[in-house]
Amino acid sequence: MFLINCPFCGERDQSEFSSGGEAHIVRPKQPTELSDDEWAEYLFMRKNIKGIQFERWNHVHGCRKWFNVVRDTSNDKILSVYKMGEKPPVNYK
Amino acid sequence: MPNYRIHKTEYIDETKRVSFKYDGKTYFGYEGDTLASALLANGIHLVGRSFKYHRPRGIVSCGAEEPNAICQIGSKKDLTEPNVRATELELYEGLEASSQNCWPNVKFDIGGINNFISPLIPAGFYYKTFMWPKSFWKKVYEPLIRLSAGLGKSPTEPDPDIYDHKYVHYDVLVIGGGVSGIIAAKMAAKNNLKTLLVDDKKILGGSTIYQNNESIKIDDKLSSEWLKNEIQEIKKLSKLTIKTRTSIAAYHGYNFLLAKENLTDHLPEEKKENKIRQRLWKIRAKKVVIATGSIERPLVFNNNDRPGILLSNSINKYLDYYGVTCGENIILFTNNDSAYETSISLHKKGIKNIIVDLRKSASSELIKQAESLGVKIYFNHVVTNTFGYRKINSLEIMKLSEDGNTTVGNKIRLSCDCLGMSGGWTPMVHMHTQSGGKLDFRDEDQVFLPKENSEDQISVGSCNGDFDLENIIDKTVNKINKFLDIDNQDYQDTNIICSKENDKRNIWLLPNKIPLGKTKCFIDFQNDSTAKDIKLALKEGFRSIEHVKRYTTTGMATDQGKLSNMHALGIIADTAGVKMGTLGTTTFRPPFTPLTFGTLVGRNVGKFFEVVRKTSMHEWHVENNAEFENVGQWKRPWYYPKNHENMHDAVQRESKAARDSAGILDASTLGKIDIQGTDASEFLNRVYTNAWSKLAIGKCRYGLMLNEDGMVYDDGVTTRISENHYLMTTTTGGAANVLSKLEDYLQTEWPELDVYLTSVTDHYSTASICGPNSKKILNKLFPNLDLSDENFPHMSFKEDKLENINCRIMRISFTGELSYEINIESKYGNSLWKMCIEAGKEFNLTPYGTETMHLLRAEKGFIIVGQDTDGTMTPSDLQMDWIVSKKKYDFIGKRSLYRSDTVREDRKQLVGLLTDDPKEILEEGAQIVSDVKSKPIDMLGHVTSSYFSPNLNKSIALAVVRSGKTMKGQKLIIPMENKNINVTVSDTIFLDKENKRLNA
Ligand SMILES: [Zn+2]
Repeated sequence: MFLINCPFCGERDQSEFSSGGEAHIVRPKQPTELSDDEWAEYLFMRKNIKGIQFERWNHVHGCRKWFNVVRDTSNDKILSVYKMGEKPPVNYK
Repeated sequence: MPNYRIHKTEYIDETKRVSFKYDGKTYFGYEGDTLASALLANGIHLVGRSFKYHRPRGIVSCGAEEPNAICQIGSKKDLTEPNVRATELELYEGLEASSQNCWPNVKFDIGGINNFISPLIPAGFYYKTFMWPKSFWKKVYEPLIRLSAGLGKSPTEPDPDIYDHKYVHYDVLVIGGGVSGIIAAKMAAKNNLKTLLVDDKKILGGSTIYQNNESIKIDDKLSSEWLKNEIQEIKKLSKLTIKTRTSIAAYHGYNFLLAKENLTDHLPEEKKENKIRQRLWKIRAKKVVIATGSIERPLVFNNNDRPGILLSNSINKYLDYYGVTCGENIILFTNNDSAYETSISLHKKGIKNIIVDLRKSASSELIKQAESLGVKIYFNHVVTNTFGYRKINSLEIMKLSEDGNTTVGNKIRLSCDCLGMSGGWTPMVHMHTQSGGKLDFRDEDQVFLPKENSEDQISVGSCNGDFDLENIIDKTVNKINKFLDIDNQDYQDTNIICSKENDKRNIWLLPNKIPLGKTKCFIDFQNDSTAKDIKLALKEGFRSIEHVKRYTTTGMATDQGKLSNMHALGIIADTAGVKMGTLGTTTFRPPFTPLTFGTLVGRNVGKFFEVVRKTSMHEWHVENNAEFENVGQWKRPWYYPKNHENMHDAVQRESKAARDSAGILDASTLGKIDIQGTDASEFLNRVYTNAWSKLAIGKCRYGLMLNEDGMVYDDGVTTRISENHYLMTTTTGGAANVLSKLEDYLQTEWPELDVYLTSVTDHYSTASICGPNSKKILNKLFPNLDLSDENFPHMSFKEDKLENINCRIMRISFTGELSYEINIESKYGNSLWKMCIEAGKEFNLTPYGTETMHLLRAEKGFIIVGQDTDGTMTPSDLQMDWIVSKKKYDFIGKRSLYRSDTVREDRKQLVGLLTDDPKEILEEGAQIVSDVKSKPIDMLGHVTSSYFSPNLNKSIALAVVRSGKTMKGQKLIIPMENKNINVTVSDTIFLDKENKRLNA
């Protein structure tokens, strides 16, 4: 059970949060211009990394804010937490 | 009756006699006993039959690792509990226990015949034998397995006990109250760290607390005396909480642990009443110290499972802690020094004993002590067989060859009434591995040890592979100082004297002249798997320990192989000729010992199982006999039976009344989201498929919301209340998810939009009145409101007051009738409802529930998201192309509507179905085909909604059918169990296609 440091509320139990999958997938600005394959890439394709992964989390039973998390999926360590719109920390690739 | 209680100890209160029943017979023990120690005091070793061969089995251990002495407690249908370890169950007055897994009784057991046909029950027996013939499964194998297998009986009535959950936060959690745990807890708490010490036993002290050997001393005191002082001291520490009878069940990530505290299991029936039985502690600790100790290993030799064969150290504990001897003529079979402690203890109490030692020689302090007491020691010898059916009565030993691979010389037969075995010690690394830690293998004594300690958790004491007292204390102190970054000097000058073990010799499968196939060398006592089974599995090609485990079922019983896993690994390594450390281990899964469901569930039972949401009109519905339906967490009126009507009759009456005169529905549960902001219109444009910018203030519009994959997600009517203010309604079940989805897009994709969302579902209650007389009823309620079609047309909104209370009135319809929805602040909901009912009396205003609502909308062909759709339906599939804006550049899901898959013509599409026999009502979910003769039958789709329409006097249904749009008028078949029903594909709208009734 993780402890997640919500950037708005502070450290809270995982049960207050819901996970929203991979982070930094931007919705295309002009979907109509895309081929089926390009749209499918946005719609369906997700990484499932063993190692350092960028994820979206929502403090659903708290402030209801979405934010980003850098997590090492091999040991579940959360390495960094940052707000939506902010750039991922450069030291993680 | 024999009495094996041979001396007094401070842990047994002989002034408090306790009577208990075992297998129907009454016995006596004392306060302080476990069920196992009390049975042994009465000379009872035989406590059950083994799982597969039904061999007689006795008590083996004195703790959580016990594989044999598992009992059924109590006989009440609601309170009986199976699989309780007699070695852990504290004795109480009136305890009733019985042995499990034997029929008709433990002494004569029919399944014992399996023992003689055992050559027919090899490893993988179940997989091999029960494969065929298929028809035998139901009639022969399953009943047979069910009769002979299964450990104990489940209670058949609800558990009346109370269970509790508790959340706690500590700086330091120490698991295990033995010598190392006590030292760690003391150091932490004295350093002002908020500390919790848990131990599964009644008292602290582990195995040191009953230690009484003169060669093991601390500060010139017996180690047990020294430890008692320490315990007295830590009890005074204000920063330390001590929880006994509390065992850690699971160690999760981020130092989140679950512990089970036993509060009443040791109390007599009458004292248990109205008390919390068990409490689940949910612990967050900044740091965790694991001090869980180690478990003694059995030895693997022929017939090593007879009653009277115990672990050597358990014999010692029964003697020195409980005052009970396990026999009068005891043989100890060992490969290490610890059995000598037992021997010396027995000798002190005048119990004759002999030692058989695998080692060629040994020279520690303990061995010298035993030798000087005149204990007969057979070095370099091995037990090759044991005898005695219900209890051991003698055994054979032989000399070991130089390399230990075989036996030499003559058999020596020794008589005995008890055999203690000690194959060394296995550190309890369960907690370490559960926390994610890895293991190292130490060849010297063949143990797995915690590989690394992290900054969050550390292992100390014998669970870390430190076995002698000096090592334990020195290392614990050093490690804890480092781990907690403190400088505690309490143990700086502690003087420890202990015997040091110098000699080691381990043989996993002991040699024997008898071929292995003819021996019974048990590894897993509870699942009855033998060394032969392991070897067979290897011969048949299994290599991975995880596979061998499952194939032979070794380590898969309720004890999870605490006594057997190491031996299985050792034998696999030896047979395969690989180093043991390279094989890895099986996974140590939580819980460490079984948990009751009650503990896991806690208070969340009965009415606390799930949150119940009720509308403000709920009371009225109850008073008026409503039957309720669960919709999400909501209780919604389903129908209102009158004069003992059944559901069908009630729904037919309600439906007819709604179309003939007037009906009223509690629509409060529909999700309501208040949307405000200068970009509210643009936002709606992006989330709905249709256009919103041009919706006039005071008007309502139906919207369809898609997922990004183009599939219908939710629907509802949204009203423009003012320039920058909308009220969105969602489906009852979808409300929370729709809000989350909208928030997600607003926060992450379109943060530039000025939009604010607020859930107001609970804030407003809604009465929906429909039918040709609804306008007249509205007129009575709101006499000043101009209800003319010109002023208040369909799909528009007005505000008016009902006795000074503001109401929002929408003229919208989900039934196809002229219809008004009145919204009012929830605290007035019940009054509003009653006023509507009163005003509607002269028009036979009939309250109707969800079933009638579903029927009425189906007559009009309106979909219900989640019933007629299932996450694979596009608007076009639903024949709702009209709602998808062609002009809008983008909205959620738009691009997906022209993916190659979504534009296929042969997708499943929504159609109407009419049965050839208008009285025949289809079953929702029934499959639809065009031809029942071809094989395999081509499935075209299924029925999604089906009703008998009282207004049309015929059966109607909605269905999704492959290429359904092109099939109007075509005949299809619904094959049912006893008949085929003929249907014709129709339009989805069955009633009032021209929408005349909306303006009736
Ligand atoms: Zn938050």
